[in-house]
Amino acid sequence: MKRVILLAAATALATGAHAADRTKFEFWYGLTGDLGEVMAKHCQLFNESQDKFEALCVGQGGYDKAEQNTIAAYRAKQHPTVVQIYDAGTVNFMLSGAIYPANKFAVDNGVEVDWKGYFPSIANYYATSTGDMWSFPYNSSSAVFYWNKDAWAKIGKTAAPKSWAEFAEDLKAMKAAGVECGFAFDFDTWMNLEQFSATNNLPIASLDNGYGGLGAELIFNKTAFVDHMKDYKSWLDAGYAKIQTTQVGKNLVQSFADGSCASTITSIANHGTVKNTQVESLKWDVAMLPVIDPAKRTNSLVGGASLWVMAGKSKEEYEAAAAFLKYVTAPDTGEKYIAENTGYIPVTAKGYELLKAEGFYADPKRANRDIAIASLTASEVTPVSRGIRLGNFTSIRSEVRSELEAAFTGQKDMQAAIDAAVERGNQILRRYEQTFKGAALP
Amino acid sequence: MEKRATFSNLWLAAALIAPQMLLIFVFFYWPSGEALYWALTLEPPFGGDNEWVGMLNFQTVFEDPKYWNSVRISITFALFATSLSLGVAAILALFVDRRLLGHQVYKFTYFLPYALAAPAVGLAFRFIFSPDAGFVSAINRVYPDLWNPALDGYDAFALVVMAQAWTMVGYNFIFFLAALQSIPRTVNEASAMDGAGVLRRMWDIQLPLIAPTLFFLIVINITDSFVNSFGIIDIISAGGPARATDLMVYKIYTDGFQGKDYSLAAAQSIVLMVLIVVLTFVQFRYVERRVHYS
Repeated sequence: MKRVILLAAATALATGAHAADRTKFEFWYGLTGDLGEVMAKHCQLFNESQDKFEALCVGQGGYDKAEQNTIAAYRAKQHPTVVQIYDAGTVNFMLSGAIYPANKFAVDNGVEVDWKGYFPSIANYYATSTGDMWSFPYNSSSAVFYWNKDAWAKIGKTAAPKSWAEFAEDLKAMKAAGVECGFAFDFDTWMNLEQFSATNNLPIASLDNGYGGLGAELIFNKTAFVDHMKDYKSWLDAGYAKIQTTQVGKNLVQSFADGSCASTITSIANHGTVKNTQVESLKWDVAMLPVIDPAKRTNSLVGGASLWVMAGKSKEEYEAAAAFLKYVTAPDTGEKYIAENTGYIPVTAKGYELLKAEGFYADPKRANRDIAIASLTASEVTPVSRGIRLGNFTSIRSEVRSELEAAFTGQKDMQAAIDAAVERGNQILRRYEQTFKGAALP
Repeated sequence: MEKRATFSNLWLAAALIAPQMLLIFVFFYWPSGEALYWALTLEPPFGGDNEWVGMLNFQTVFEDPKYWNSVRISITFALFATSLSLGVAAILALFVDRRLLGHQVYKFTYFLPYALAAPAVGLAFRFIFSPDAGFVSAINRVYPDLWNPALDGYDAFALVVMAQAWTMVGYNFIFFLAALQSIPRTVNEASAMDGAGVLRRMWDIQLPLIAPTLFFLIVINITDSFVNSFGIIDIISAGGPARATDLMVYKIYTDGFQGKDYSLAAAQSIVLMVLIVVLTFVQFRYVERRVHYS
């Protein structure tokens, strides 16, 4: 945090000379820690790249805080011009009436965006029902399978499992070969429910996971997700897998990077973290998530955040914001910068081509990092693999997490727990629908 | 006839209490009024049209078994944390009062925990008691899976109770010690001459004489464990596992700020406020009767 403040101060100093005649606007971001510094640096680079505008960038200490603070600031009419909002906040912002839709903003302020250039799974996730983009995709990721090559070598294999059935056999064999923990998992629904459902083309809610309207109902208690969780439970009981959360002492990334667990599923954005924190002897790689039937794999979901322009700002501020958005989303000054400094992936085909042409992924440090792009583009986007657009989804996630905790600690039967999560999730959806009575999902 | 000192200049009186009244209005009545308004409507996150729904939010809250679970947990938490921290603080104070070797150092160090912010305490407890990596993980090496607050609700609950009690011990200790030192030494010495031992004197003389302080501390501790435990819960357990530590105040946070359901959170805050008012009232009405102030 201190370094972020220092960076911000340095930015202010470096640009102080011309500060008076520059148009200023505020940009709030949610990323923290190392990633927060990358954001602050991105602002600094923008401010140094020209002398007409100045972005005042403020870290909010977390994605959820960024959303909360923006809402509070909007109610007090003190909101920023541009804000970074995570995937799960998309629906709140679409219905807020507080934003300047990206597609309209781009036309009004002369930002040339090739809306068709985004990877389809990214564009579809953030788009409205009519296919319009209301925000600018920024830092994007997807979930991938991290696996320890040495552990798999013990059972004579050199490739990651392609299906869940194969993975189950590998776990059993590895246990027999003396691997203490074959798989680390936690109760985060993003990997376990959302990515699992997307890659196997299973619905989470009716009305195309909510894209069809606010009347959607959760239905994941009737899909293969239940059996999938039962498998996890049996792996846990048999000692093949372990639960790794911060509360246990080590989270997924830590338990994989120090070699104590042979595999895990987490965001590609952690690729750099694993590289930087791993024990030296660890030989590892990333692969696409296992699926039920490898022949029918569908695309995984995009995670991360997009940039929203808020309503109610001056023309000058919008002009400055337009220059900023142009800068931070361009293939070279935007996508490449993000990909170089974090584990996030480029969001357009153009950005990806640029990186490939420069030999970016040939660097052994980043070996195979573009597997996330392969995973995102594994199939045509289906109505179900498109994404999830459910009101108050953060609360639904926490209901599912609590119920999974109950099931994995043996307090409840898995089916009963997931049924309960669905029932409570549906109550949340109905409340949301009532709160936005009369509003149609764009 | 009872004599009363009256103040004839009402305007001056009003002017003198105005700043205080203004503060109370701005920081209590206004937010409470707003919360009540939200609790009776459905408030969209970004503001705008909110619809009047009467008691719907309260009905939703009261019909939710998870809410009653959190009420039950909050009350248990308050009872355990309060008795643990008062008990420990009383013992420490009684012994420091006996002027054992180094009592000045104890006086200082025992108060320190109260100066720490709750999240810092939470972080420290999380590290110390983490089942894989903490100091306490040694227990798990002897008896595997005996201690795991990440998965076992009872362990997690015990952990947050300990953390809460620990932060309050210093505060309680200082009050107990002050009370003990205000007891006239003659009383103690007289009973010593009558042949009462150390423990006898503590039980029969000192503890009854600090009852008013004890009562005050009970009120403060219970209120504190209802409203100030947020930082500890947020860092140590985040309400889990499986809602085993989902205190009322934490549930308000998750529903309101994470879930952006401001109306539901407002209804819960009103209930929590009423509950604390009732608890405090009961304590003053029934418990205080047993306390002798002089």
